[in-house]
Amino acid sequence: MEKAIKKWWPLFVLPTMAAFAIGFLVPFVWGLYLSFCNFTTINDAVFTGLENYVMAFTDPSSVFTHALWYTALFSALSTVIINLLSLTVAILLVRGIRGTNIFRTVFFMPNLIGGIVLGWLWQVLINGVLEKYGVTIVTNEWYGFWSLILVMTWQQLGYMMIIYISGLQSIPEELSEAASIDGANAWQTLRHVKLPMLMPSITICTFLTITNGFKLFDQNLALVGQNSPNSQLMALDIYNTFYGRTGWAGAGQAKAVVFCIIVVAIALIQQKLTHSREVQQ
Amino acid sequence: MANEKSNLKRSTRVANGILSVVFSVISLAYVYPLFIMLVNSFKKKAYISRAPFTIPLPGDANWTRMFVGTDNYATGIQKTEFPMAFVYSLVITVLSVFVILLCCSMTAWYINRVHSKLSKGVYALCLFSMVVPFQMVMFTLSKIANVLHLNTPLGIVVIYLGFGAGLAVFMFAGYMKSCPIAIEESAMIDGCNPVRTFFSIVLPVLQPTYVSTAILEAMWIWNDYLLPYLVLDLKKYKTIPIAVQYLKGGYGSVDMGAMMAMLVLAIVPIIVLYLCCQKYIVSGVMAGAVKG
Repeated sequence: MEKAIKKWWPLFVLPTMAAFAIGFLVPFVWGLYLSFCNFTTINDAVFTGLENYVMAFTDPSSVFTHALWYTALFSALSTVIINLLSLTVAILLVRGIRGTNIFRTVFFMPNLIGGIVLGWLWQVLINGVLEKYGVTIVTNEWYGFWSLILVMTWQQLGYMMIIYISGLQSIPEELSEAASIDGANAWQTLRHVKLPMLMPSITICTFLTITNGFKLFDQNLALVGQNSPNSQLMALDIYNTFYGRTGWAGAGQAKAVVFCIIVVAIALIQQKLTHSREVQQ
Repeated sequence: MANEKSNLKRSTRVANGILSVVFSVISLAYVYPLFIMLVNSFKKKAYISRAPFTIPLPGDANWTRMFVGTDNYATGIQKTEFPMAFVYSLVITVLSVFVILLCCSMTAWYINRVHSKLSKGVYALCLFSMVVPFQMVMFTLSKIANVLHLNTPLGIVVIYLGFGAGLAVFMFAGYMKSCPIAIEESAMIDGCNPVRTFFSIVLPVLQPTYVSTAILEAMWIWNDYLLPYLVLDLKKYKTIPIAVQYLKGGYGSVDMGAMMAMLVLAIVPIIVLYLCCQKYIVSGVMAGAVKG
């Protein structure tokens, strides 16, 4: 059978792979190469070695180094907050209280709304509150920071909650019962029985929240805009370097490569760390 | 003992009742931003930034000052050409999702049933592409799209297929691992070629994965901003997120009235769709998470 299928690869694999090459592979390899070049369009690239990388890190306005720690802090904090809250909500919503379905529906809803739309929606609300204190969302970096945390928590809580709920529901009833017969209280059951069984869900949710945090762009753009470099995450900073500063395209591509390496490394480390804590069922 | 048990039950009941009330309050707070947006879309633009939380009511002193009826919608639609943006968003999303489902399920079947270096390489690349941030490829991708004339709603489908392939192949391949191979084998022994085997045997079995993958990809493509912004010929084609962002204009001044109205138009169809197919959407997300 394998042989029979094998010769049909032009039909089964080629269309996807051709599109994959156009949409991902070629741009990726080319982008990697361009990060070592000086260029303004794609036809005038001259190899310059590591110059772009030096330029990105020694930029006198230090937007990139700022964006680096700003993004790392944002991603770490939003991961912790979103996961703690969504796990708590999930635990409370599997008890079968009245209105559970409505609550789940409501909490999940913001996930379907696009980042640009969400950003503008919240900009009005947040600026409306801040105005009473005579400041706006771009007054300093921390207003933007906490606004982003608030918006992302509001949006992603429901998504992670759904994953945690399905994780909790797949834990066999007997395990909790056995624990309570052995004299474990609710907290001990949660800590020593449910949480270890939930590790696969925790792996997925932390993976999603960390990478979403690092890659965040739309909400950042709509919420604080392009003119406040202090509140920019890496994705937005890279975009501005490309399209907002003449002569900086090479540095932009170098930043993108650094960004890419960081995201891939974090994804790998995170998978290793949480996978190793998963228990076999 | 019996008494103790009923006491316990009563205390759980009380606790659950309190929880219900608490969650009701939180739920109201959760939809409050959407409600405020709806209210503001009927207010005069000067009052949106200044008093976003004020709700004008008929007979109120604020009513005549603030309420502008559907004016914001009229200006917004005129400025953004929202109906066209809606059509482009719809066409791009539907076509892309259809192509992604068809091509990627075929690829996933191939790499699952044929154990070759090609299969392994394709799968590894798909996984890798899921993690790489878009900024890494955005500049070169937009140039390539231009050169190959993929800057139309039809052309962008090719790019979405390339970019969405990672998730889709991953989802299909994950599901197929647990599918028995025996039926396919007997179909091929009976003389079905691989194409017919795929379409009449494998495709029906994959149905649940088609639904969940379609939902995940559609949620992404419908809301995507930067990719279409960089790829499409913006003079001719704008999707909804692009149209909304375009209201900002070049000088940073925003007509907040029109903005609120367009946000409402962007959100309402999604929420209606969500309330209709909630079951599928939620199970799609769950399926995606299990595979993840």
